[in-house]
Amino acid sequence: MIQQLLLSVGAISAIASLLAILMVITDATIGNYGIVKLTINNNKEYEVKGGRPLLATLMDEGIFIPSACGGRGSCGLCKVKVLEGAGQYLPTELPWISEDEKKQDIRLSCQVKVKQDFRIEIPEELFNVKEFRGRVESIVDLTHDIKEIIITLIEPSEIEIRAGQFIQFKVPEYELTNEPVYRAYSVASSPSDKTRVELEIRLVPGGIGTTYVHKYLSEGGEVIFNGPHGDFFLRDTDREIVCIAGGSGMAPIKSILLDMNCKGVNRRTRYFFGARSKRDLFLEDTMAELEMSLPDFTFIPTLSEPKDGDNWEGETGLVTNILDKHLGKGSNVEAYLCGSPGLIDACVAILTKHRVPEELIYYDKF
Amino acid sequence: MSTTLAVPVTIFFASIFTNNILLANYLGMCSFLSVSREIKTSVGLGIAVTFVMATTSLLNWLVYHYILIPLNLDYLRFIVFIMVIAAFVQIVEMIIERVSEGLYASLGIFLPLITVNCAILGVSLFMVIRDYDLLSSFLFGFGSGLGWFLAIMAMAGIRQKLKRAQIPRGLEGAGITLIITGMMALAFMGFAGILNIT
Repeated sequence: MIQQLLLSVGAISAIASLLAILMVITDATIGNYGIVKLTINNNKEYEVKGGRPLLATLMDEGIFIPSACGGRGSCGLCKVKVLEGAGQYLPTELPWISEDEKKQDIRLSCQVKVKQDFRIEIPEELFNVKEFRGRVESIVDLTHDIKEIIITLIEPSEIEIRAGQFIQFKVPEYELTNEPVYRAYSVASSPSDKTRVELEIRLVPGGIGTTYVHKYLSEGGEVIFNGPHGDFFLRDTDREIVCIAGGSGMAPIKSILLDMNCKGVNRRTRYFFGARSKRDLFLEDTMAELEMSLPDFTFIPTLSEPKDGDNWEGETGLVTNILDKHLGKGSNVEAYLCGSPGLIDACVAILTKHRVPEELIYYDKF
Repeated sequence: MSTTLAVPVTIFFASIFTNNILLANYLGMCSFLSVSREIKTSVGLGIAVTFVMATTSLLNWLVYHYILIPLNLDYLRFIVFIMVIAAFVQIVEMIIERVSEGLYASLGIFLPLITVNCAILGVSLFMVIRDYDLLSSFLFGFGSGLGWFLAIMAMAGIRQKLKRAQIPRGLEGAGITLIITGMMALAFMGFAGILNIT
């Protein structure tokens, strides 16, 4: 009996060990691709261990390519332009790659393995992008349909952003989506507050991300996001600043203004904010405080359809009309716009009419 | 059929048509259902399955008859067969990945999918139960692989036509595929009288 037991245990162990040894040998010889050179954007070179997927290799180097599925090849998000080294397309990539992307050598980085010297191109901003885990500290109603969400970072515990940039918020599976999706939201807090991120999110009926935030997210809950992303941030020049926003487009502009306040920027700044009626207007107190503390800042809110009970004494009309009325000579102006595509297109037309150089009009459409 | 080759050859053809591992035994359904959407990918998977079935049946026959039987350990065959299949497939994948980029893209990428495919283990177990000799086992494995290949190819062809068909919502995807598999199995039963293996 004992003998039989020992024999079977011995046999299984011997066979398993033999197979394991074979695999280790194969891995160390055939599976060993040595150290290969990974060149990013033609100017950064990394010596990396070969044989692993590009996505994981980049992650080891601290470069985070957004991916929702974590490398299983089921979300199709982790696309990267590979100039050299990737070889032919794999069947596991093809469902996600369009004909146009094929021509541009766009590959799915979780499927492509780094087996030889590699050259890739990624947006420069991805070098600073990290994935963050945070806890919802508070959720406050700013208006009837905009909520302010404050997230305290857990891991990593600090974030470096430029005022005006956005993060990609991970919406987990729930009623409206059967797989995790990412939605972009601008950061509304000052970059000097490195341990927290504040978002201002307006409920879009039927929207996957906003419905999740408004109906399912609760204080104390954990969230995951990556960032920072985007090239919407204040340029360091001497020009006058004109900011224009509508609704939750307030977020990045508020971040920019808070940042200016921190750094003591004394450029002439005007901020046009469009709302429908008084119940869509928010953060007037913060803006009033900024008018006091910034040397040359004016907040110009305008209501397009003020209600009878609003007792509104400020500007009335569309933000474009008010902008047209106040802007004056635009040749020394630099503009920052955030809002719906309709608002932005209309405002850009007004700005260029007043000779604001088109290349100095920065905007964040959503 | 009196020559010594007759039996293995019968087994080979029977395992493709009358005793098709997928349509007669309903083994290997998981990857059959998930990868049969396009002909191109099912060809890759079919070749991979054929290759792995043929080689692992050979390997497992040797392990069974030269290690397990002499040691009186044939009851360990399930666990040993699985280990052999898994390790072998893994090693083959590494080799293919290194040697040929084209072969890896068309075949190697599918290997991890079929490591734990029950049809592969099924072939090894059938050959033991039915007491095949080495040649028969190899041909049985090879034939079963071809049979599986044939079945998934046929299904991929049908499913490409199905893309334009209006299917009741509840039956979309796996539902209609299983029903069609059943019909294909019935059709293959038409071969039943021609050859038979036990």
